[in-house]
Amino acid sequence: MVNNKLIDLINISKSYNGNVIIDDLNLYVRENEFLTFLGPSGCGKTTTLRMIGGFETPDQGKIIFDGKDITKLPPNERQLNTVFQKYALFTHMTIAENIAFGLKIKKKSKAYIDDKIKYALKLVNLEDYGNRMPDSLSGGQQQRIAIARAIVNEPKVLLLDEPLGALDLKLRQDMQYELIRLKNELGITFIYVTHDQEEALTMSDTIMVMNKGYIQQIGTPEKIYNEPENAFVADFIGESNIIGATMVRDRLVNILGANFPCVDEGFGENKPVDVVIRPEDIDLVAPEDGIITGRVTSLIFKGVHYEMDVMANGYEWLVHSTDLSPVGSEVGLKVDPFDIQIMKKPESDDEEAVVNNEQ
Amino acid sequence: MVKKIAGKLYVSLIILFLYAPILVLIVLSFNKSKSRNKWGGFTLEWYQSLFKNDDIMTALYTTLIIAFLSAIIATIIGTAASIGMNSMKKVPRTIMMGVTNIPMLNADIVTGISLMLLFVAVNYTLGFSSVLLAHITFNIPYVILSVMPRLKQTNKNTYEAALDLGASPMKAFFKVVFPDIMPGVISGFMLAFTMSLDDFIITHFTRGAGVNTLSTKIYAETRKGIKPEMYALSTLLFVSVLLLLVIINRRNDSISKKRSM
Ligand SMILES: Nc1ncnc2c1ncn2[C@@H]1O[C@H](COP(=O)(O)OP(=O)(O)O)[C@@H](O)[C@H]1O
Ligand SMILES: [Mg+2]
Repeated sequence: MVNNKLIDLINISKSYNGNVIIDDLNLYVRENEFLTFLGPSGCGKTTTLRMIGGFETPDQGKIIFDGKDITKLPPNERQLNTVFQKYALFTHMTIAENIAFGLKIKKKSKAYIDDKIKYALKLVNLEDYGNRMPDSLSGGQQQRIAIARAIVNEPKVLLLDEPLGALDLKLRQDMQYELIRLKNELGITFIYVTHDQEEALTMSDTIMVMNKGYIQQIGTPEKIYNEPENAFVADFIGESNIIGATMVRDRLVNILGANFPCVDEGFGENKPVDVVIRPEDIDLVAPEDGIITGRVTSLIFKGVHYEMDVMANGYEWLVHSTDLSPVGSEVGLKVDPFDIQIMKKPESDDEEAVVNNEQ
Repeated sequence: MVKKIAGKLYVSLIILFLYAPILVLIVLSFNKSKSRNKWGGFTLEWYQSLFKNDDIMTALYTTLIIAFLSAIIATIIGTAASIGMNSMKKVPRTIMMGVTNIPMLNADIVTGISLMLLFVAVNYTLGFSSVLLAHITFNIPYVILSVMPRLKQTNKNTYEAALDLGASPMKAFFKVVFPDIMPGVISGFMLAFTMSLDDFIITHFTRGAGVNTLSTKIYAETRKGIKPEMYALSTLLFVSVLLLLVIINRRNDSISKKRSM
């Protein structure tokens, strides 16, 4: 994928009443990309999105859109559209009038507008709803209308702020596929905000993980999941064992007193590091075959697998396995070298983990 | 059972105390005899002479003009103030709401006297315009009171959504925010109109010689000796205010019913 940069955020900072919310953020978005901002609530995702949409102005830095500086451009002059979390439909207008709103302002012909309404309603599978009022629609339907209202304006970029946040689980999953389909059909760029890691992993081409206003990691979902660059990312994306350890030398790490072969190099000799091991990457073997041994302390059946806690060398390891080892039994733990992810220990909470931005 | 009867009795007593005087007034306005304690048969005579009385018709005209103008102007100012206050941060907004609410609770006589003192202090001639200004002043809080809750209910994202779809801030306000708060604005206008019709004390202190609204006219006439025309006029005033209040309440009810659906 050699796509052009469509949006470039350069050294963006933003504070509210002296609290720094976003500090020197750099990010680019490529044409046709599905980019997701992922992070816990309050980490600055919405603020970042609102600066792209034009609803907030950064204190410092520049926003470049399609080669032009739009940092100070008001929202009504930007070629992008937003889908708000709470739908924000105009309740005193019919669905068709809602969808026509942007087109009427642009003084499009009636025939053109009617065509567009029909097309958009078909696209979101609500063909017969043009004359209904927003209040008579369910949450999921209203959200689809909000999307239809945005896309008839043919924006180059669609900004979506937790658009599925208010829907129940089943509907949310349906809508995730619906959104991916829409994006592919329209061939436009999506910038998507969520705090739900599963949603981010399912939908995105690229994920930007944020915490406390700093970018923690940018990469494909696979990369973020398999090679988290710091403990925050590892912890936020799925369950994992994050353990302080010592890098003995290249390709050998000492975890809780036992030497594990790994594939990482370049951390130096006898340097403190964090290791991340996903619960499904731990193999339970006979005690004599394990790199370390421990005792099973709890067991829960989860449908696809068993979830076990194994106490070994003073740490409670979380293990997912399809084989059952009863509580109290002695087991060996083994991890393949490439399943051990080594991370540099961060010097502070806020330290930006991303040095080279491997999008 | 006993409780029920006691309850009914209680309600009847309250209604009797509250409405007996007005009932007497209404009955007397149709009484052919000029005496206050003798029924001389039904007549519309007092109502007829009322409409032939030029002084009273002028007062009626003044009352309506002042009610209408002060309600319109207070609605515009009050709506703008609500929008400004709604976009304030929480603490300053609470303070501002308090500041605008106090004049409503203030005794009318205090408001009336202080307004009069203000006009005199700045050498403003008392007359039609001072009454109008006074009415605008005491009407603004009522408009804010009915617009503010509507504003709080509107999703603030709808304004941003309109901007996002290409509307200028002006257009976004008039096409999206205003229709949403319209019911509150209309209620505010009607409430202000009613309050203005209803006012006596503040008008009394801020009017100059020669300007009369219905209520000051009634007061002036009754001091000279009560004429049955005044019963008729008071009855009409009472009925109009009652009607307006009923309409406002029904509007608010049907709006909140719609909301909660
Ligand atoms: N208008 C505002 N005024 C003051 N603080 C704000 C404002 N908007 C957001 N914040 C603060 O900025 C931080 C980040 O908020 P936000 O970007 O909404 O986070 P997220 O979308 O990741 O949950 C929060 O601590 C929030 O309280
Ligand atoms: Mg948010």
